[in-house]
Amino acid sequence: MTKDRTLGEHMSRRGISRRAFGKYCAYLASTMALSPKMAPAMAQGLAAARRQAVIWLSFQECTGCTESFTRSYSPTLEDLIFDFISLDYHHTLQAASGEAAELAREQSMEENKGKYIVVVDGSVPTKDGGVYSMIAGHTNVDILASTIENAFAVVAVGTCAAFGGLPYAKPNPTGAVAISELVGNKPLINIPGCPPVPEAMTGTIAHILAFGSLPELDDKHRPLAFFGESIHDRCYRRSFYERGLFAKSFDDEGARKGWCLYEVGCKGPIAYNTCATTKWNGGTSFPIQSGHTCFACGSPNFWDQGGFYKSLPSRTSSIGTVAGATAAAGVALGAGAALIAANRKKQYSKET
Amino acid sequence: MDLLSFARGPALQFAIGVFCFGVTWRLAILLFTPQARDLTPARKGALPSPIAGGREVFRRMWPEIHPTGSNMFTTINGYVFHLGLAVIVFGFAPHIQLIKSIFGTAWPSLPNFVIHIAGGVTIASLIAALVKRLTSPVLRLISTLDDYISWAVTIAPLITGYMLVGRLIQPYNTALAVHILSFVVLLIWLPFGKLMHAFIVFISRARTGAYLNHRGAQL
Repeated sequence: MTKDRTLGEHMSRRGISRRAFGKYCAYLASTMALSPKMAPAMAQGLAAARRQAVIWLSFQECTGCTESFTRSYSPTLEDLIFDFISLDYHHTLQAASGEAAELAREQSMEENKGKYIVVVDGSVPTKDGGVYSMIAGHTNVDILASTIENAFAVVAVGTCAAFGGLPYAKPNPTGAVAISELVGNKPLINIPGCPPVPEAMTGTIAHILAFGSLPELDDKHRPLAFFGESIHDRCYRRSFYERGLFAKSFDDEGARKGWCLYEVGCKGPIAYNTCATTKWNGGTSFPIQSGHTCFACGSPNFWDQGGFYKSLPSRTSSIGTVAGATAAAGVALGAGAALIAANRKKQYSKET
Repeated sequence: MDLLSFARGPALQFAIGVFCFGVTWRLAILLFTPQARDLTPARKGALPSPIAGGREVFRRMWPEIHPTGSNMFTTINGYVFHLGLAVIVFGFAPHIQLIKSIFGTAWPSLPNFVIHIAGGVTIASLIAALVKRLTSPVLRLISTLDDYISWAVTIAPLITGYMLVGRLIQPYNTALAVHILSFVVLLIWLPFGKLMHAFIVFISRARTGAYLNHRGAQL
């Protein structure tokens, strides 16, 4: 498919009817919590969209985000890569390697100046000059800076890119930072998650294609359509929380009855993500539905929130030593003050 | 470090340190400062001091309305917000989880609607207590800054908690952090103001009971 051909033209060449395309856009608009009235506008925008150049940079990451992306239910990977976007650079998916791969990136940047989207997964190490992750002899910091210079927008996918993720967790040996700390004023969309829900990634890109603008974002640069509500608020086990019915362990009667997992460490109340509604694997399930707790993997510092299986209100720092030491100090000081007062009283009695 | 991590970690740790220090410091001064001995003989029929003291602790727990009804409001309202606070602190699942993480013990929680009702009633009761304090010339005269600060730090966790549960502050993380921080302020203030009565109320009642019994007062 040439870059000049619109998506609408390409669809009709492949025999996809306007009706099928309209239905698909209605689904997409619904997934993104857009008004039903926006579906025709989205269809019109997508039909007129030209192939979007995308450069995907992988830094300190585990490739889980790409794994998730390739399991996107709709649009499928095939649709996304061949119909929606021109994925010009991606370590895992591209055929080219070595200098040829780097050349493809540079060529795409030159040809699509000011129009291409940079997708980043993984955090960027900054300690010791950024030597802990290098590609083609360049540090991640340098590659990111040069690649985003003429980009239309930056999309940080996965919690590592959005908030630092695992590499950022204490003690952060590589000095990892989130992409937001390195992009300056460049338009940024964070799609966190470990990994992110595929529909959140593809839906966001589809929004950019259809409307030519960034979707509405929250204060953490996350698309509100996918990150506007907490898992807790949309959880089907919420009624058990309200009734005070909790599983006390993963194999007790409460767990078997499907009661709320709050007491075994569910972080649903602080997790803003779309898992509970969009779900995974084509809407099959999500962690809580499978009997496990939510880790709030789309939240900043989720690795350092005091333990995956500790309930949310639990303290996160040691209290016993502090309480013991301060109590001992209080008793000593109080008893000392009482003793001094007693001595003064005695002295006063003697003098008078 | 985000606000929630700060609230759950260092802030709570610091507040518990101040709380433990303050409470033990004040109790130590109270218990270790030598008191002047009462050299007078006990009145005829006086009970042994520990029994008289213990009896006074329980006797004062029972509401006693003055025949004129002048203390009706303060008595009933006092019970309402104290019981409401107890229901919220010891009956709400997240609070039980916090207690469990500190003391290692837990118990079944109450349904949320009970907590919501208790929260609303307690807030209303505390507001009524403030209105009474401000409108009663005598109460206003004897009130100090301590009274108003103690009132404020008591109602603050209730209001922030209510806003948290009702999703009136978004996002939840910020609301939870604000709620925990309001509790942190309460913990820090408690030992140094009138809220310390939570620890010395029984000591002072027992002492008063023993003293009055020794002097032959009818209780």
